[in-house]
Amino acid sequence: MNITVTVNGETYERDVDPRRLLIHFIRDDLDLTGSHVGCDTGNCGACTILYNGDAVKSCMLLAVQADGAKIETVESLSANGELDGLQQAFSDHHALQCGYCTPGMLMSAKHLLDHNASPTEGEIRKGIQGNICRCTGYVNIVEAIKAASK
Amino acid sequence: MLLAAVEYARPTSLADALAALGRSENARALAGGQTLINVMKARAAQPDLLVDLADVAELRGISESSGSLEIGAMTTYSQLMDSSDVFGTRPVLSRVAGEIADVQVRNRGTIGGNVCLSDPTNHFPPLMVSMNASFTIVGPSGERTVNAGEFFQGVYITAVEPGELLTKITIPPAQGDGFAAVTIGKDGTCIVNAAATRNGETRFAIGCVGAVPVTSLDDIDPPSDVHGSAEYRRHLAKILVDRAIAEAGG
Ligand SMILES: Cc1cc2nc3c(=O)[nH]c(=O)nc-3n(C[C@H](O)[C@H](O)[C@H](O)COP(=O)(O)OP(=O)(O)OC[C@H]3O[C@@H](n4cnc5c(N)ncnc54)[C@H](O)[C@@H]3O)c2cc1C
Ligand code: FES
Ligand code: FES
Repeated sequence: MNITVTVNGETYERDVDPRRLLIHFIRDDLDLTGSHVGCDTGNCGACTILYNGDAVKSCMLLAVQADGAKIETVESLSANGELDGLQQAFSDHHALQCGYCTPGMLMSAKHLLDHNASPTEGEIRKGIQGNICRCTGYVNIVEAIKAASK
Repeated sequence: MLLAAVEYARPTSLADALAALGRSENARALAGGQTLINVMKARAAQPDLLVDLADVAELRGISESSGSLEIGAMTTYSQLMDSSDVFGTRPVLSRVAGEIADVQVRNRGTIGGNVCLSDPTNHFPPLMVSMNASFTIVGPSGERTVNAGEFFQGVYITAVEPGELLTKITIPPAQGDGFAAVTIGKDGTCIVNAAATRNGETRFAIGCVGAVPVTSLDDIDPPSDVHGSAEYRRHLAKILVDRAIAEAGG
């Protein structure tokens, strides 16, 4: 099937098999390997992207469903090799160790801050509930998001 | 994961969606995909055609009139949380939607998919039973309405037959509702849940203790698993029914 998808502001036209998951389309067809596959069952959030502005797990959608959609992945955050404010806050607050969860965590945090510029700690924790981190214990991630908020 | 080969259609009207479903006995509706995609990954179901309901306008929208709510099957949990018609009339629906899994699942998962799945641990089935909701089902032979007591027929089995679609859920007015659950972690899968609705008398329904929501505490025969023994679930059921009824003001 032919699909047209806008990813990080660039429009791609591709022929995809309907059985192809969106995460594989993004990683393997578009070579945007920032988004990760952790569990492949909708539980870990490593594959989180923004889909028409909504945070979604891209292992739980088919690429063909995204025909006509506007997608943002973690690659959309930095520009000209400079980290954006949220990424810089993650770095400053040691909000990552192995980094596997980070692309998804950043996109959930971005979704949260897009909808709520000054979240409380409870709202931050609820905002990243769908993203599992095995390393940090979350404390520094919450600190980083707090620092990036207004 | 590579799924088994499947065809895909995205109709833009209810009539076209029904026609597409009629093309194959093994066709399946795709709503939020928050269960169906996993089921296909596990090869527990292998539809040959997915009929994506995303663009079917007739399945969307929420309306309220004299306290009665009509909710389109494709309404997501996030939309239930944000709809002033919903939290203004039946706040428990918005709250329970906000207790399902996480932001990403709530942005995709739909109330129609939640009830059509008829998973005994899902949040909405007991609430639909206590609220005495009615379900509008459309198929090749026309439209019919089924009430919640008859809608849920077994584990993964509802009154929706192959080739049919749930289009909307209608919730009659009431004086108060309650919902209580003990879950595996915050906003996790329910070990037992219970809902209550007061409308003169108070009705309640319990989830996770039988194939479909149960409306009596007598002779319940809950399953035992790593999350709780049958005895523990029986104990929780009594407590959660009390909490739900108290919240409903009954
Ligand atoms: C990590 C995770 C945790 C979850 N935790 C919970 C939880 O704690 N509680 C809970 O309640 N749910 C939970 N869910 C499941 C989630 O709520 C699903 O959204 C829901 O079970 C199915 O809704 P859906 O819109 O995603 O439907 P889909 O997965 O697209 O469809 C489910 C089934 O319903 C059928 N169907 C869908 N819509 C219609 C229609 N209009 N007419 C006819 N048939 C239809 C489909 O053909 C399919 O068989 C969880 C999901 C995930 C990924
Ligand atoms: S890989 Fe998608 S949620 Fe884990
Ligand atoms: S930093 Fe390792 S999983 Fe989060």
